[in-house]
This record gives sequence, structure tokens and C-alpha cells, in this order.
Amino acid sequence: MPAPPEGPDPGPMVPVPFAVESKRQETADTWTLELSPAGDGEMPFAPGQFTMLSAFGTGEVPISISGDPDRPGALVHTVRDVGLATAAICRARCGEVLGVRGPFGRPWPVAELVGSDVVVIAGGIGLAPLRPAILSLLARRERYGHLLLLYGGRSPEQLLYMDELQQWRARGLEVAVSVDSAGPEWLGHVGVVPRLVARASFHAGRASALVCGPEVMMRFAVAALGQAGVPAERVHASMERNMQCGIAHCGHCQLGPTLVCRDGPVYRWSELERWLRIREL
Amino acid sequence: MAIRTLEELISGAPAFTGLSPAQLELIAGCGANRHFAAGQRVFTEGEDAESFYLIREGAVALEVDAPGRGPLVIETLHENDVVGWSWLFEPYRWQFDARATVPTATVAFDGACLRGKCEDDHELGYQLMRRFAALLIDRLQATRLQLLDVYGHAGAA
Amino acid sequence: MSEASGYIVQRDELDSLFDALRHSGYTVLGPTVRDQAIVYDEIERCADLPVGWTDSQDGGSYRLHRRGDDALFGYNVGPHSWKRFQLPPDVRLFRARRGDDGQLAELAEPPRDRPRYAFLGVRSCELHAMAILDRVLLGGAHADPADRVRREDVLVVAVQCTQAGGTCFCASMGTGPTADSGYDLALTEVLDDGRHYFVLDVGSDRGAELLARIRTAPAGAAEQRAAAAGRERAAAQMGREMPAGDIRELLYRNYENPRWDEVADRCLACGNCTMVCPTCFCTTVEDVTDLAGEHVERHQRWDSCFTIDYSHIHGGAVRSSTRSRYRQWMTHKLATWVDQFGTSGCVGCGRCITWCPVGIDITEEARAIRESDGDGHPNA
Repeated sequence: MPAPPEGPDPGPMVPVPFAVESKRQETADTWTLELSPAGDGEMPFAPGQFTMLSAFGTGEVPISISGDPDRPGALVHTVRDVGLATAAICRARCGEVLGVRGPFGRPWPVAELVGSDVVVIAGGIGLAPLRPAILSLLARRERYGHLLLLYGGRSPEQLLYMDELQQWRARGLEVAVSVDSAGPEWLGHVGVVPRLVARASFHAGRASALVCGPEVMMRFAVAALGQAGVPAERVHASMERNMQCGIAHCGHCQLGPTLVCRDGPVYRWSELERWLRIREL
Repeated sequence: MAIRTLEELISGAPAFTGLSPAQLELIAGCGANRHFAAGQRVFTEGEDAESFYLIREGAVALEVDAPGRGPLVIETLHENDVVGWSWLFEPYRWQFDARATVPTATVAFDGACLRGKCEDDHELGYQLMRRFAALLIDRLQATRLQLLDVYGHAGAA
Repeated sequence: MSEASGYIVQRDELDSLFDALRHSGYTVLGPTVRDQAIVYDEIERCADLPVGWTDSQDGGSYRLHRRGDDALFGYNVGPHSWKRFQLPPDVRLFRARRGDDGQLAELAEPPRDRPRYAFLGVRSCELHAMAILDRVLLGGAHADPADRVRREDVLVVAVQCTQAGGTCFCASMGTGPTADSGYDLALTEVLDDGRHYFVLDVGSDRGAELLARIRTAPAGAAEQRAAAAGRERAAAQMGREMPAGDIRELLYRNYENPRWDEVADRCLACGNCTMVCPTCFCTTVEDVTDLAGEHVERHQRWDSCFTIDYSHIHGGAVRSSTRSRYRQWMTHKLATWVDQFGTSGCVGCGRCITWCPVGIDITEEARAIRESDGDGHPNA
């Protein structure tokens, strides 16, 4: 791996080389990679933040950090192969070097949740940006009330971190999983995630929610939360738009009056609501 | 051409079949003719659900907007279909977008007005709920079948 | 402008300004005629300026004409803006090389040294535009040092407008026509009764230091008055006007106004407006490799929100209609920019009106929306 460039600060647009330490396949098209920087470096981050990740030469993509914020020496990303850049990243072998810029973005407001019940709602790969928050909450379990994960996916084969869910249950996270369709061997729920909300037990009056998944799913999940008595001010969602620089310079990630890379990706739903109603905003 | 009253216009629809003339008159009292041009938005997700519509002629698409994929059509509704159920139950807010796909003539009903009449006249309320429940179960069965994605190849992601 | 800092430079002494700048190590960038337009490029002396030229501008129209006199600055703004030096159209961010084993062998950023620039001929609207762009590029938590280096050491010689163009509306945007700060030196050209001179104002210590090498004389009251008259003439001649009132709130109320459909029928989504606008800052980041994938470069290039790919996520564009893209551009410029960066994005230079092939006028669109305020809203 090349030595870090000497001289003046290269700035936030030059990637830092990180080597792939280990790799695990989660589903047919999703891998989790653990990266480490040159030397003894580490990249401290807050849960919900993302990096701009690239295999040199095939373009750069924003990927949420999915690792444990209490262990910043290992930089973990869960990546889905959906195009040229992500295919190259997913194909990277151990020892191969990827470029990392970041971390960027506004994180999950974990400090604000102390003393509350926390409902975590994840859809599909949306569980990846929530994993650092879950690990953070579980590491300080005594500070929170009821902790609950409602996780949905298309089918059992497309769910992430299934082996870890048991460990999380053991550490005090109630977990309910639902898929859109399944065969008879699936013993969990079949149905959409918002329906899990009505069935879940938490104190609406002192509950906050962290939501991440396809935007349509988030809108319906938040509506279900609203009906269960959780106001939009206490719902936080991780949003996504086209991102190229990560530093609020390129303009691509504009969402109304905000820039997702700077004012998000985590937003308080009450600030977002009116903008999400505008088609093609 | 004789001008038909609202009662006459709505009496043929499954939502209102078999109601007495007095009941039809009560319901029609909450209604008015409303036309939509092709492409015109009928209601928008998230907004207050104040009316619902009986399609007399034309078609309405129920849609969900997904950024990057545009509006996804969930279902299309046609002559004699009722468009909109969110006016019946709290929080009285639309869950989807609705858009007329061709020039569409409807009878638009004031939801609050009709809810009020059902509160005052429980027999009317019961008769309407029975008919609406049947329509909703019908839609639910159809939606479940749609969800099975039966045309996809077995084992496809 | 204090009276004490007023000097005059005779027309035939103005080359001493160029000499002074060169002596202090500056490369001068300024207006010059090329390809039937007035553009910004390296210039060395007064003769390189658009001597005796003027421009006539209207919606979708820009022409140069000969003036009846030899004014050096008797025109307004052309298709270039100083943005091309603050935020160059193509910047190489880094270069990398893979070794034979496919591993990364080298990662290098481009050298930062560059000439010291003096921008000569900067108009008031342009000073505001530079400040707005500075805020975008340098005001956030993650400023790129390369952007800072491009701004350090730039010396600004402003020119006060003594005439306004057909598409100018700086007065109604509060950005001109007179600049009162943001420059090192400012010139107001006076052609009066056979005399041709410049009233020179000093705006900074760096400007004051240059004075010693410029052939100046103290400006008298008559000369100051003549310069002021020129500036007032510009203020009175504005070709356009942005409607008064809170445009930001107006646009926030009118996302579904039918006017957007109307302008979408005319807009070609060509993106000219974004290219010529002195504050449009959108860029795209692209990787480029050779055929073997051995040498990799990453570039930052000007982009436009009018392209279909601009808002691409998950296999499609969030803004696929021209209507939504025009609406994005205009509401960003006049409304959401305020929430994102604390100022308006528009300086009233009129370039977007002049260079739009179909002459769409942002002031006219704002007026049309004001007049149909609330239309298209479901509860309207």
C-alpha cells in the first residue's frame, strides 16, 4: 500500500487508501467488507455517517458505515452490487486497496434517545446504516427503555446479519422480522413492516424511532408510527439522494432546502414531511 | 336528454345497491358532480382526506411516488368504483396519490358530511359499512394475489 | 468610498496599472474580445481590453457593436464569469497508478502552485457572485484546500458600471451597480468633454501599496462628481427588475403553480443558464482510466442540474421532467440557496436571460408566479 501523501493537507477530495482485511457474503448480491487504513490509523465515526468509497478507477459511491462505532480501528461497510462502482467494491479481494473519503453526514441522534424507548425500523439493506446505532444502544443498554427492532425484507434469503440478531436479542433488543413472501420453512412474519408497528409494544409517549429503508417503506412506516402515537418530531430517518462529493460542494444531493450529505442523511421527520410531499422535488 | 338526479346516478353502483330511496337521498345530499381532466391529480398522499369519489365514467390510477422510479401504479379504478377510503377512519389522511388517467366524471362526496349522517342514522351507517366492507375485502383478496407475483420465475430475487 | 482615497488616472497613463501589477508578480486576467464576445483571459495592456466596444443584450441575444468613443469598459458582462477561475471547469483531483500486481502503487494530487492572479474589470454583481461562491466552497465544514489556494492572493481591480445592460437587474437584487467593498482597487471610467480618465478608489492596504507605481493625481471635486454621475446613470438604466418582496416564501408556496408547466414548454433543458451563471457551482466527479486500468484519474467537472442524470438514484432520475428541473434551478437560485448557504444565489447579472436560446427571463417567471400566487395548490 502506498505511503500516505506527505506535505500539505490533501483535503477531503483525495481518498485515503484502506486495505480489505476480510469479507463476508451476506446475500446473493451483498457483501460486508472490513477495511483497515495504512499504519495505525483509524477512522472514528458516529452511527449513521457514511463514506465515499471507491475501487480506484470505477467511480465512487456513498456507503453507510455499518460497523461498531466503539471499534473505530476496523472500518466496516455493507455493500450491495447494483452497478459498476459497487460491483468493483464487492469483487475486491482481501489485501486489495480501496479509496475512502469521510466520514460525512449527520448521525443518528443517539444522545437524544437516552431514557426513551427506541423503535428501530429497517427495510432491506437499510439495516446496515442502523447497525452502528443498534450496537451503540446495546453497549449502553441501561440508559434506554424498551429497545425494539422491526426488520423487513423481500424474502428470507435477502435478510442481513441474521446470525447477529440472536446476539442482539440476548443483549436486550426485542426483534421482529417480516418478509413480503416466503416458503413454509420460514417461521417469522410474512407481511409488510408497517404492520409490525401496530403489533409492537412500546410507550408511545416516551418512544423515539430510527427508520431506514426504501423511501416508500419509510413513509408508510412513519405513518404507522404516527397512528401508534409517536410524533414526527421523534422519528429520525436516513435519506438518500445522488451524492458525488460528500462535502456539500457538488450540489447533487439537494433535497429541497437541504443537502443530504451535510444536513442528513439522518433527518428529523417533522422537518422533512412537507418536502417529501412534493413530487420530483 | 333527461337530466338525471344524483340519486339516480349513484343508485347503480355496488357501493349503494339496494339502499332505500330515502337513504340514497341522504347520501346524495353529501355529493356533487366533479370532473377531472386527463392527468389531473385527484388527491395526494399525506393530505387531508375530505372527500371520496364514485367514478361515473373514466379511470383513476392509485399511485405511490418513489423518487428515482417515478409514480408506481398500484391499481386502476373504473366506472362504478369508489376511490378513497381514508375519509372513513382517523387520521383522515390519504395514503396514496390518485390521478385521473383519462377525462373522468365522478360524484364527489363530502366525507365529514357522510360520517355525520351515519352517526345520526345508524341504520344508514350499518348499511353503508356492510357494502364498503365487501368492497374492501374484495380489494384485499386481489391485492394479496397481486403480491404473490405469480408471473415471476420461481426462485427469482 | 472616502474622499481622501480618490485619485485619477489619465487614459494614456493606465498602462502603468498593468506595469504595477506585473511588477508585483501578478498575471492579469481581464476582459478581451474573442469570438464576437467579451470574455475573460490573460491580458497585458490596455490595448488588449475591448476598447471602443459595447454589447447589446436581450432575452436570447448578445451582440457586440462599435461605440462612438474609445471607452475601455463601455459594456456589461459576457458569457464568462470569474467563476471559471474560482471553480475551474475541469479539475484533476488526483492521479493513481496500479502496479503489475493490480495493487495501488501511487497516489498523487496535482501540484498547488499557480500564478498569482489579478482580476481586472470585476463588476459589482461579480464581486457579490465571488463572495457567494466563496461561502459555498469555503464556508462549510469540509473546505477543500485547493479551493482556498485558488482564492488566496487574488488581487481585485473592480470597474464601476457607468451603464447598465438590457438584461441587468442588479439594482433590484441589492448587488449593484456600484461596488462599495470587496476590491483592492476600483476604477470609474469618465469620458467627458474631450477628457478620458479614471477615478481610482483604494479598497485595501494591498491596493494602497500598488498606488506608488501607478501614475495618479488627486481627484478633484468635479472629477468625483463626473464619476458619480456615471454610476447613477447605470443605476437608472436597468434592463430588468426582480419583483420586490419575499421571493423565497413566494416560491416555497408555489411548487405546484401551473406556471412551471408553461415555462417547461419553452425550456430546452440545455443548461446554458447554469454554465454562464456566476454562482452555479454544481460539479460532477468522474473517474477516468486508461484501457488497461493502470492509470486512474479523478476529475471534478462542471455539471448542470438540467441534465437527466443529475438526480439519478436507484435506476432513475428523481427529476425526470423538464418542469421539475427548471423548477429546481429557479427555486435553488432564489429560495433554497438562502436556507443552504445564508444568501440568495442570484446577483442580477442577467446572463441567464441573455444566453437562454429561447429567452426565458427569471425576473418574468418570478413576476408570473407572484401574479398567480397560490394557483395549482390543491386547496386553492
